[in-house]
Formats: sequence, C-alpha cells, structure tokens
Amino acid sequence: MMESVVQPRQVAKPSRSWHKAAHIEGLPIIVVLLLLVGLFMAAAPGVFLRWPIYLSFLTTVPPMLVLAVGLTMVVAAGEIDLSFPSVLAFSGFLFAWAVGATGNAWLGLLLALAGGAFVGFTNGVLIAVVGVPSIITTIGTQFFWAGVASILSGGMSDALQQLASGSLYAVFAAPLFGVIPMQAVWAVGLTILMWFILNRHRFGEHVLFIGDNRNVAKVVGINITRETVKLFTLMGLLGGFASVLLTLENLNYFSTQGQGYLLPALAGVFIGGTSVFGGTATMVGTFFGTFIIGMLEAGIVATGIAGFWVQAIEGVVFVVAVILHLVVESPAKLRAFAGMTGRWHRTAPPKPEIDGSRS
Amino acid sequence: MRTQSSSIDIAEERFTRNYQHIVRAEGVSLSYGNVRALSGIDLAVGRNEIVGLIGDNGAGKSTLIKLLTGVVRPTSGRLFVRDRAVDWARYSVHEAHRLRFETVYQEKSLGDKQPLWRNIFVGRQITNRFGFIKVAEERRIANDLLLRKLGFRGVGIDADSAVVKLSGGERQGVAIGRAMHFDADLIVLDEPTVALAIGEVRKVLDFVRSIKESGRACIYIEHNLAHVHELADRLVVLDRGHLVADIKAGEISLNDLTKFLLDLQHRPPATAAVG
Repeated sequence: MMESVVQPRQVAKPSRSWHKAAHIEGLPIIVVLLLLVGLFMAAAPGVFLRWPIYLSFLTTVPPMLVLAVGLTMVVAAGEIDLSFPSVLAFSGFLFAWAVGATGNAWLGLLLALAGGAFVGFTNGVLIAVVGVPSIITTIGTQFFWAGVASILSGGMSDALQQLASGSLYAVFAAPLFGVIPMQAVWAVGLTILMWFILNRHRFGEHVLFIGDNRNVAKVVGINITRETVKLFTLMGLLGGFASVLLTLENLNYFSTQGQGYLLPALAGVFIGGTSVFGGTATMVGTFFGTFIIGMLEAGIVATGIAGFWVQAIEGVVFVVAVILHLVVESPAKLRAFAGMTGRWHRTAPPKPEIDGSRS
Repeated sequence: MRTQSSSIDIAEERFTRNYQHIVRAEGVSLSYGNVRALSGIDLAVGRNEIVGLIGDNGAGKSTLIKLLTGVVRPTSGRLFVRDRAVDWARYSVHEAHRLRFETVYQEKSLGDKQPLWRNIFVGRQITNRFGFIKVAEERRIANDLLLRKLGFRGVGIDADSAVVKLSGGERQGVAIGRAMHFDADLIVLDEPTVALAIGEVRKVLDFVRSIKESGRACIYIEHNLAHVHELADRLVVLDRGHLVADIKAGEISLNDLTKFLLDLQHRPPATAAVG
C-alpha cells in the first residue's frame, strides 16, 4: 500500500526534461517571439532583416515595458490596476507644467514621479484600508485622474521641443553611443531590478504570498495592508516614470496620451505567462510579452496585410501564447484537452431538437 | 520583525529561568456582545506537555487558542507566559511569535504555489540589509530540515518542491517542522488531521510525537477522540464556553471519555464541572 502512495511521483520522473525546460523562465514566450520575428523576416525581409525597425521598437516599447513590469507585481498579488493610463496623463501634465513654468526638466521628473506615487498611494489606501476591490477602485480613479489631467491642461497639448537639448533628454531619451535609445537601457535595467524585487526581495515574497493565499499571508505575519499600499504606490511611481519617458520621446504632452496603453500593457503581462489568479509571476515573460505586443502592429503592417487585420491577428497571437503557457505549465491540461476532443469525436453530433429549441 | 536584542532576552530567559508553565490562563472570559464565548477559563500548560483540547463545535476551543496566541483579547481574566503576567494591551500575534508560540492551522499554513523554502522562511526571511533574501542559505537550511529532520528524502520532496505536490499529512509535517525550526516552545495545532486519509493522519501524529520528544509543549485541538486520547498527556474538555473537565490521559479510558462527551450534550449548560 505504501508503495502505491509513493508511486505517482516516480512515474512523473521520465518527463523531468520537459519540466526542466518548462522551468526556464519565460521560455514559451521567447519561442513565440522568435517565431514571430522569423515569420516577419520571411514576409517582410525589406523591413525585418534591417536594423532600423528594431531600433524603433527600442524607442516605442520602453514606456509600455515600465508599466508592464509594475503590473506584473500587481497581478502577482492577485490585484489589478486599471488607472495607469491616467497616471500617464496626470504625471505627464505635471512634468510638462514644471518644464513650462520653471524650465527645469529634472524638477518636472521629480514632480511626475511624486504625482504618480500619490495616485498609486491613494489607490492603495482605498484598496487595502477602505477595502474597495482593486478593479473597482482603479476604474474609478482612472476616470478621476484622467479628468483632473483634462481640467488642468484644458485639454490642450503642449509642445516641449526645448527638452531635446536638455540634460534630462540626454539621460533618458538620447541614443547611447549614438545607437541604443537611452529609454531602452533604463527600461531593461528597471526590468532586471524588478525581477530581483519580485524573486529575491522580502517585499516580492510577501506580494507572492498575498496573491497565493491571503489567509496564509496573514498567519505567517505579513502586514497585508502595508504591503498592498506599498505595491500600488510602486505601480503609480512606475506610471509616473513611464509618462516622462513617453513625453520625452514625443517632445510633446497631450492630455490623452495614456489612452491606448491600458490593454496592450495588460496583454504584455498575460501573454508573458503571469497568472491572473496571483501567486506566480514572471518578469522575463512580461519583458518578451511586451515586446511581442509592441512589434505586432508594425510587423503586420510591414508584411503588407491590410491594417484592418492587425487587431484580429493580435488577438490570435494573444490566445495562442496564453494556451502555450498553460500547456507548458501543466501538460496534464493538454491531455485533458485531448481527452475532451476525443470524446467529442466519439459522441454523436448534437441532436437537431436542441438546435431547434435554441433558435 | 524580531530585533537582535529582544531575541537575546528571550534566549536568556528560556535557558536561565526555570518556569513551570509555558502558558497559564486565569479566569479568562470573552463575550461577543451578548454571546458569552468563554466563561472563567483556568488552563495551564506545562513546559513539555501535550494538552488535548476537545469539545463540540462552538464549545470555544478555537476562541481559547486565539486568545492564548494573541489573535483576540478577553473581556476579563489574566494570562501568564512562562509564569509571568502578560499585559493584554501589548499582547498580539506578533508578541506571541516573539514569545515563541506557533500555531499550525488545518489548511492555511502554507502558500500552495510557492516552493517549500519560501514557505519555511516567509515572514522571517534571511536577508541582507537591503531586504534581499539569501536564497542559497534559506534553501540549504530548508533542505536540511526537510531531508534530515522531517525524513522527506525517500519521497522526492526537497526545498524546491511546490506545496501542491505534497499530501495533506506532509503539509502539516512541514508546518510543524517549521514551528520547531524556529524554536517554538509552544506549538498550537488546530485540528491538523481534518480531512486527511488514515495513512496521512498517522504521519501527522508522528510529527506531534516529535514535538513532545524535542521537549516542547503543545496544545492539540482534535475531533477524533482516539487520536487525542492516544497522544495527549492531559485532556481538557470545553462545553459551551465552560471548562468542564481537566483529566490526566491515563486516568480515563477512551470509552469513558466518549461516554462523558456524549453525556455532556444532554446536560443543561454549565452545571457540572468535573476535575
């Protein structure tokens, strides 16, 4: 009897190499990225076999990546933040205003970071102290701060050409050695730092346990309220930083500049393999997932397919990537799926009466 | 967070001072509005004693241990830890941890998706001064605990295993082992064998025995009378918030104990107090 109890683990041994491969963080999404790049190279060699397109990704993706690494932490805790597009607008306004009023771009950066952190902090307090679910809180604050940004800016855009010659631009947006855009260097550095925060820092471990099981987190002595407020403040801070990268790259502020970031940034997180249920998360996956999202549109257009197809294809890539993660994480799901389709083949097609009753 | 100085205080206290009872409650009562959850409970737990806490659902067992471990405060009564009076205003889960009390709950002790090394150290991580976890060290200690002390070598479980791979009994073993690793002097087990298969229950009972063998005290809440009768040094019976029996395990047979508990259900509340 004892033998049979222990057996299942030994049976699982032959698939160890599969498990080992699955344990390389973000592997499935790296495969998807390489496949896509290969596909684009074949379909649009004129664009994808030359380097300018990749350099252009390095300027367009970083703001989204900064948001996505923050979101990865939030999702790891089993929470969600939908207010970051408004942080892009609100912090961006603070930045543009400070630049216009004082001429000091560094002061603008500080103000943008502080404004983002403030938005995140109030989110955190509403969620952890007052107890409003994060999805509801951040839908509300998303509207509120977008409104505040509109009111303050009067809905106007603000050209900031003077930034291009300043030191802030040199540090955060100019090309390094004349080649690599600085925002890419910062975004990659930030991703690495956040990997260590999530996987190697006490705070990251607390976030993972809160997302895994709040009751367990409580009894092992994690201060859930404090850590949640910290988490959302961090997300706001990153949103503030993303707004500065975005405004610097465009050399222009407009009060709707956050629109269009909500779903792509979230898609980058989930396509990367982070579970919506919390308790597990992958920064590496988010990194490559965000690049996939960032290059899909340009890639599809470059292959000559009509622009109308872009969203449909993005949707397919998203769903395929998420299924791939499920399969790699638990091969049992694949077998269950195979079994399910097998049964479908065996059973007779649905009876006509059922169709009739439906219509 | 345990500071360096306070852990030295405790270490000194534990080894230099002789105490009779790890924890002692005197006349503690607790009311939630008009509902009296506990009425004048007197309970003392010796330093190397397993006390079985039994009683029907709603008898106040969980409330009593919550009170002893700082989760709730009583309406009245006094508490002594290592024979010293405790100030209720300063008593909390954190303080109980500091005093080396650990609680193992039936199923909310471990994070399912996290590896065992994280589960063993969470809340008490070994970090550098920037708060980054020393993973290699935590892994090494976790492996030592799992493979040598808890005997998981044969079943293919190590520090990197996720909790989902463990059986129910093994989970309780890890939680109990964690409490012992952090040198708990009192380990509270809140129905650790609920919903476990018989073979798994055996494992848990062995872990409970190891608590006694390592010189610690244990409060053991259990529905299964046979298990608690077999393991406990002393049996404490609660009935509707009253302590109705406090019996040495050798002085009552399992049959008499069962009969006593069945009779309790037909008695009007709080009339007789045995022992």
